[in-house]
Amino acid sequence: MANSINEIYCLGIESTADDFGVGISTCSGEVLANISDGYIPEKGGIHPREAARHHAMVASDVLDKALNQAGIKSSDLSLIAFSQGPGLGPCLRTGATVARALAAYLNIPLVGVNHSIAHVEIGKLKTNTTDPITLYVSGGNTIISAFNSGRYRIFGETLDIALGNCLDVFSREAGLKHKKGIPLGAALEKLALDGNNFVLMPYIVKGMDVSFSGLLTSAVTLLRQKKYRLQDLCYSLQEIAFAMVCEVTERALAHTEKKEILLTGGVAANNRLQFMLSLIAKDHGVSFNKVPLEYATDNGAMIAWTGLLAFRSGVVTPIEKSMVKLRWRIDRVDIPWIT
Amino acid sequence: MDNLIILKQLQKGAEATISLANWYEKKVIIKSRKIKKYRHPQLDERIRRFRTIHEPQLIYEAKKAGVPTPTIFLVDTTNMLIIMEFIQGKQVKYLLPLLSKTERSKLCFKIGELVGKLHFYGLIHGDLTTSNMILDDYDKLFLIDFGLGEKQNELESRGVDLHLMKRGFQSTHNQFANASFRDVMSGYSNVIGEPFTTNILEKIQEIELRGRYVEERKLK
Repeated sequence: MANSINEIYCLGIESTADDFGVGISTCSGEVLANISDGYIPEKGGIHPREAARHHAMVASDVLDKALNQAGIKSSDLSLIAFSQGPGLGPCLRTGATVARALAAYLNIPLVGVNHSIAHVEIGKLKTNTTDPITLYVSGGNTIISAFNSGRYRIFGETLDIALGNCLDVFSREAGLKHKKGIPLGAALEKLALDGNNFVLMPYIVKGMDVSFSGLLTSAVTLLRQKKYRLQDLCYSLQEIAFAMVCEVTERALAHTEKKEILLTGGVAANNRLQFMLSLIAKDHGVSFNKVPLEYATDNGAMIAWTGLLAFRSGVVTPIEKSMVKLRWRIDRVDIPWIT
Repeated sequence: MDNLIILKQLQKGAEATISLANWYEKKVIIKSRKIKKYRHPQLDERIRRFRTIHEPQLIYEAKKAGVPTPTIFLVDTTNMLIIMEFIQGKQVKYLLPLLSKTERSKLCFKIGELVGKLHFYGLIHGDLTTSNMILDDYDKLFLIDFGLGEKQNELESRGVDLHLMKRGFQSTHNQFANASFRDVMSGYSNVIGEPFTTNILEKIQEIELRGRYVEERKLK
């Protein structure tokens, strides 16, 4: 609850993909509100225009709920942050429009935030880590990054599709449905628990990079041949895909000699992946930190918190420079708040 | 194993544990691909066996290409370990930041020449980070860790090999990454020739553009 008059409240808007989220956080790292409304496609993956339409419909409701949860009025806000990229154009633009309107109406500064960096920063805040090697795995991203001389550097990444994308596409091919509160990945994970027969499929690791497109093709082909039980395919697909990201995370860990592993993104919800990484951490005598689900999936609080960090080190985004950046890699952003 | 005394563990990587040992009164390196408990046992066995057999073959091929590599003494596929020559020297990862601009440029040129020789011979290293390069006490540069390598002539594979090295420079040695990679490529060109180097530079750029969220890919 809001109590201090001098506290700075930052409202953050997240809208890179299927979630429209609003979070409110304070300078001390307190999250006062974190409300999200997700778009669920009737069929297939995210349709950018439909998702953006959803965001526009729910925006004012989500904003109200967030302010209510925080127990503050919009006039108490000192700063508006929004995810400026990377992500889907129509979705990003909807969030940015809301952010600009709020900042202009309230006459307070605006800060554009890099979505991937926000994932790392909220993860560090919520797990009390300071300098982790981060595995960020979601429907749109597969990045192994760590801080080095002024920026988050990319040590490894996917050469083609993201891990979550690979799992989602396979799940849809298998006829699984995305329901409210049960994403496709969770449905796949549940089926995988009943798998016991390991089916070998391509395992592609290039240095610290991974590639999932061949694995996906192979899994879908085997699925259509109907030779194996779906549970066994789900199980094997997870085992192979997760072993790939684990190997490159371990390689990056050995290379950078960091002392903390941070796991975030939507796929971080997977218990098997968490367990595999915790084994690596134990083996290397480093800490394993899993970001709580509410802050691991896309959320507004991470944008608010990162916006505050940036603002406190002098970053503001004038409205005329607040165009969204569909392509905006994590290693393109200076991080003045880490010294 | 007979006459093998482990002196100390040097490194624990994603693939293997590297130890210094005494073997018949000679200092050797033991690269042991231990079971990774996080991996499915079948997948684990397959990866460890494949790499244990594959790596010595590539190391031997690299020697034929004129690239200094540690000499293999023994390959044990029961315990998934390789006993090889110990190279007394420094990892380039630690060395590069300590060098003067000219020295660094010279070393990077040398790195480029070795990679050029590998590629010219049809070999891909697969993990060209500066952790995998050792400059010995007599100023001879060695490439190690061929576990992810392959025998390949395709432009694509060579491009990925160099792309990974370039990104490694950017993430680990950001202060001088661009200059150093340019020096690497002039060394490369010195071995493999300018026309091919131009091709490969275009390929690297193409691979970079394929990456996720690359700004330059934006339609103009």
